[in-house]
Amino acid sequence: MEKRTRLILGFLALLLGLAALVVWNVNAGSVHVSPGEIVSILLGQGGGNDVIVRSIRLPRIFAAALLGGALALSGFLLQTFFANPIAGPFILGISSGAKLVLSLTLIGFLSRGVAVGSVTLILASFVGAMLSMSFVLLISSKVKRMSLLIISGVMIGYICSAVTDFVITFADDANIVNLHHWSLGSFSGITWGNVGVMASVILPALLVAFLLSKPISAYQLGEVYAQNMGVNVRAFRAALILLSSVLSAAVTAFAGPISFVGVAVPHLIRSIFKTAKPLVMIPACFLGGAVFCLLCDLIARTAFAPTELSISSVTALFGAPVVILVMLRRQKENL
Amino acid sequence: MDTWYIRTEHMDVGYDGVPLIRNIEIGVRRGEILTLIGPNGSGKSTILKSMIRQLKLLAGVVVLDGEAMAAMKEGDIAKKMAIVMTERLRAELMTGEDVVATGRYPYTGRLGILTAADKQKVREAVALVHGEDFADRPFSQISDGQRQRLLLARAVCQEPEVIVLDEPTSFLDVKHKLELLEILKKLVRERNVAVLMSLHELDLAQKISDRVVCVANNAVDRCGTPEEIFTNEYIEALYGMEAGSYNALFGSLEMGRVAGAPRAFVIGGAGRGIPVYRALQRRGVPFAAGILAENDVDYAVAKALAVETVAVPAFAPMDEGAFDRAKAVMLGCEHVICCLDGFGELNQNNRQLRDEAAVRGKILPVSRLSELWTGGGAG
Repeated sequence: MEKRTRLILGFLALLLGLAALVVWNVNAGSVHVSPGEIVSILLGQGGGNDVIVRSIRLPRIFAAALLGGALALSGFLLQTFFANPIAGPFILGISSGAKLVLSLTLIGFLSRGVAVGSVTLILASFVGAMLSMSFVLLISSKVKRMSLLIISGVMIGYICSAVTDFVITFADDANIVNLHHWSLGSFSGITWGNVGVMASVILPALLVAFLLSKPISAYQLGEVYAQNMGVNVRAFRAALILLSSVLSAAVTAFAGPISFVGVAVPHLIRSIFKTAKPLVMIPACFLGGAVFCLLCDLIARTAFAPTELSISSVTALFGAPVVILVMLRRQKENL
Repeated sequence: MDTWYIRTEHMDVGYDGVPLIRNIEIGVRRGEILTLIGPNGSGKSTILKSMIRQLKLLAGVVVLDGEAMAAMKEGDIAKKMAIVMTERLRAELMTGEDVVATGRYPYTGRLGILTAADKQKVREAVALVHGEDFADRPFSQISDGQRQRLLLARAVCQEPEVIVLDEPTSFLDVKHKLELLEILKKLVRERNVAVLMSLHELDLAQKISDRVVCVANNAVDRCGTPEEIFTNEYIEALYGMEAGSYNALFGSLEMGRVAGAPRAFVIGGAGRGIPVYRALQRRGVPFAAGILAENDVDYAVAKALAVETVAVPAFAPMDEGAFDRAKAVMLGCEHVICCLDGFGELNQNNRQLRDEAAVRGKILPVSRLSELWTGGGAG
């Protein structure tokens, strides 16, 4: 019974947090929108701030929630795959790989004066994510130590970021200013069109991940046992890689690389729910990622308004300490 | 008729494409325990890992219940074969019972949710290994032995027809070693499962196995019943034992004998001599033993440890010949240790020996045995 109570309370808390942060995010900003006004705008009764809420704040909120959820889920899948509690799309350099290919694509298109659509963005960043991922896989087949894998991932991330910086510096163009801003990570400037595209990528991925709960739970015990339990390990591993790459590619395509959400959120969720069961973890991580990113975006927008912080700075501030905590706890368990 | 439940045909196993053992042909029937023995690094685990498909076969096939395993679906294999391997099972935030429940995996639905019947099977499996006391504790916090028992419970609730175990007794103390093997026997008898495992403990392998496969020098050296396999000479050769010896009757090991001219003569019998033989061996004192009938328990140990053993055939009376030989050996020793308090009707020659020694002042009581290595006097 105690388990079930914890489960219900946990989900309730996440949903309440999500609702509160949505309202707060609409409410706060350079223009203050009162809760009463929010309701009347949502009901279509108009109001002075109709445009700000409908075409700026709401799409941004949807994007932050969806992308945050995607990042956390991607982190959880990668942690399962590598059996490594501090794996995540940013730490393993997957986000940075996506960023690199995406920048190259953008510059290529922009220099020819061609506009770039959402789908192209996602495809380019997926290619980048898979490139980084293949490097990480190559390294993980050679090293068995967790820490070495993480260090290699961080190095791949640095290399990709450095090359991206070169490219941006030398591609001297007015649009590049935006590119630079994007490469730091931000939820600003998201349109409803973008939200539609990201939802149509992320939500199916979430569903597929949820349906894979059973093999994921088997895989958590280790490859040998998973196989004996009837999991087609090869196909399953491929599915995990694809899913986590698609998720982190979608995030990078729209908001740039966002750090630490993928590591911190699954860990926080595990300690709230006291379980690692994917049936709970997958929906809870998604919700948790949404809550985490909405909170971070709120801080990024309002802390030093009108100056907006990059979202990655805020997520790092909250996420990095969690990573350190996880490592310390592991150390204690292993001794 | 082909009665093998799982068997290999011309199987080559090894790592990274390099064959370690070639042309392996072994099989297990239902209701039978087949044990792999052999020196460390001989490839027992490699054979098991290849048979459960953890390692790729380099040649040949493994046939499970009449079907080539390579062509079978994972889910179908899972319902027929369960494993208990030495690899650590990762179980983050899972209780022991959660781990046991993973055995139900092949039978649960799309999302893997356990039904009431599944939960009942889990409880039964936990009860079978007497794990009720620790099944609700975190799996990472119980002892290795408790973990091993729950892993067996996990395999049991998978309802397999064959269980493959790699060194299942490694982390267990004597009580739990026996208990685990008893459970295996019970599974074999009551559920007619086939058991395929590797064991380090020769004595246990000898007692529990229906058939034994010996792996050594990158080959399956021999395969047969324990009676055929467990002979002193064969086991000593299989493990390349240079120091010490193996006793097939007791399944026990003895250290190597201390060479040299015997310093003490030990009059033993009926098990009274064994502790003295061992004490002398430990302290490096060469000794002779007698007069023992070949059916005396002391005889087997004396044979392994003494420089010279004077013996008479089983159930034969001691005779003058044996007495004279023993006396000759005894007179060559500084000390005589008599382990016997009384002498039976057939043991009168030993009484005579003791008396001869007493007359010559050679008797050293067992309580002053340590004088043999401390140099005497201290008492």
